[in-house]
Amino acid sequence: MALSGKTLFIANRGEIAVRVNRAAKSLGMRVVQACSEADRDMLAARLADACVEIGPPQAAKSYLDIERVTTAAKDSGADCVHPGYGFLSENADFAASVEAGGLVFIGPSPETIRRMGDKVEARAAAKAAGVPTAPGSEGRLEDLDAAVAAIEHIGLPVMIKAAAGGGGRGIRVAHTIEDLKRLIPQAQAEAKAAFGDGGLYLEYMVENARHIEVQVLGDGKRAVHVFERDCSLQRRRQKVWEEAPAIGLSDASRQRICAASVAMAEAVGYRGAGTLEYLYDGTRDEFYFLEMNTRIQVEHPVSEMVSGIDLVEAMIRICMGEPLWFDQGDVRLSGHAIEVRVNAEDPANGFMPFPGVVSGLDIPNGQGVRFDTMLYDGYAIPPFYDSLLGKLIVHGDDRADALRRLNAALKATRIGGLKTTLPLYQALLADGDVAAGRTHTQFLEHWLDANPIAAE
Amino acid sequence: MTTKEIRSPLPGTFYRRPSPEEPPFIEDGGAVAEGAVVGLVEVMKTFHEVKADAGGTNARYLIENEQPVTAGDVILEVDG
Repeated sequence: MALSGKTLFIANRGEIAVRVNRAAKSLGMRVVQACSEADRDMLAARLADACVEIGPPQAAKSYLDIERVTTAAKDSGADCVHPGYGFLSENADFAASVEAGGLVFIGPSPETIRRMGDKVEARAAAKAAGVPTAPGSEGRLEDLDAAVAAIEHIGLPVMIKAAAGGGGRGIRVAHTIEDLKRLIPQAQAEAKAAFGDGGLYLEYMVENARHIEVQVLGDGKRAVHVFERDCSLQRRRQKVWEEAPAIGLSDASRQRICAASVAMAEAVGYRGAGTLEYLYDGTRDEFYFLEMNTRIQVEHPVSEMVSGIDLVEAMIRICMGEPLWFDQGDVRLSGHAIEVRVNAEDPANGFMPFPGVVSGLDIPNGQGVRFDTMLYDGYAIPPFYDSLLGKLIVHGDDRADALRRLNAALKATRIGGLKTTLPLYQALLADGDVAAGRTHTQFLEHWLDANPIAAE
Repeated sequence: MTTKEIRSPLPGTFYRRPSPEEPPFIEDGGAVAEGAVVGLVEVMKTFHEVKADAGGTNARYLIENEQPVTAGDVILEVDG
């Protein structure tokens, strides 16, 4: 394998840095890990061949500092940089900076990142490729009059979104024209402050929608899909539980949305691993494009479990120059996988963050069970970053089998010294709607109001 | 007169200001009322207010803006 002996620089931390490390090592690569002053003891730093300190604990001064990270990568003698997710992973300037430094960025081109990062442009690219989009404003809206006019063909309710936004940030919902008049100036001011760009757009809001997303891999010319994931269980627009494949989706609908996603990936010359996110209206059997994420996603393991494809390894090989080595027909869907995100938060106390020192750690294993994590006994979790500790992933013959395995794996998992979201998943497993797959993106918040998690 | 200490209840990043454009919660040398917000601690990307459990005068911050704190660190001293 041509990658053996090459050096990969990990510009990230936490569980994804561990995940990327393992993929690089399995390819025979040497790994250099970036770490802030607060991350010297993290698992990914211990597993790396070398570590480079990139600044103080605050992400803005370390993991988000383009110049510092690029310089550290160059000075380390690395051949390529893996950005993980979050931080600089979808920053076109970072990708360009890495390339200008003579290194390979493990991701798409800066132009693709920039284009997909602009939600209005991404929507136009989706439409051009035949990807279904929700009724919405054509292009950016600069003022209230244009928004009111747009409602005539879109209908109500609508979501007001920032053109430069993403990840659910700053979205407002207008049910009436009065709402719109009140919310547009607020949204504009906030978008200007948060993103330096006050451009807005409107999109029809599907009620009781499910979140379904399609995993793609592309080599810049050709692309394949690795089927879809259902990520409808969300709290504050953050996914907490993901599955593959989507529950109750007909083969025809699956084929339609996956083929459309491949068409879009090929139309934009996509390179690496990417995800097209959709809202799915089950009553009308319609998909509406939300956005394309130009990075590996937190929930990628469920797609790996049902396809047998190592997505992180694949994105490294592709971006290092290897053309896709398989065809769509070689990607097969087998069984059902579920992932739950284990966060250092107290579900019995409003999901209050709960950093601490890990003790009495018991990680589940066995057939069809995987735990991607940065935890080890004695690890002091720094308070400076997000609360994700790891992801418990199970794979079964079908969904019922996967749910049984999840139940057993949850019971076998112990994480002492912290509060975690594990009790939330025990409670959700006992719920009839969750068991039957009757969920949507608003489901979990309402469910939590009705089913508070008891203190342990 | 005694010196009273106001401590951070949480580990994280300490902020003296509600947002970068606004003035600090407490002016150097100013007075602090019991229960007043004296700063924010960002822990795992969420923000929590630090409230004064004692009031006083001649307030001094001991932690710089945007610096890491651990739970129990003294953030502010006042004379009371």
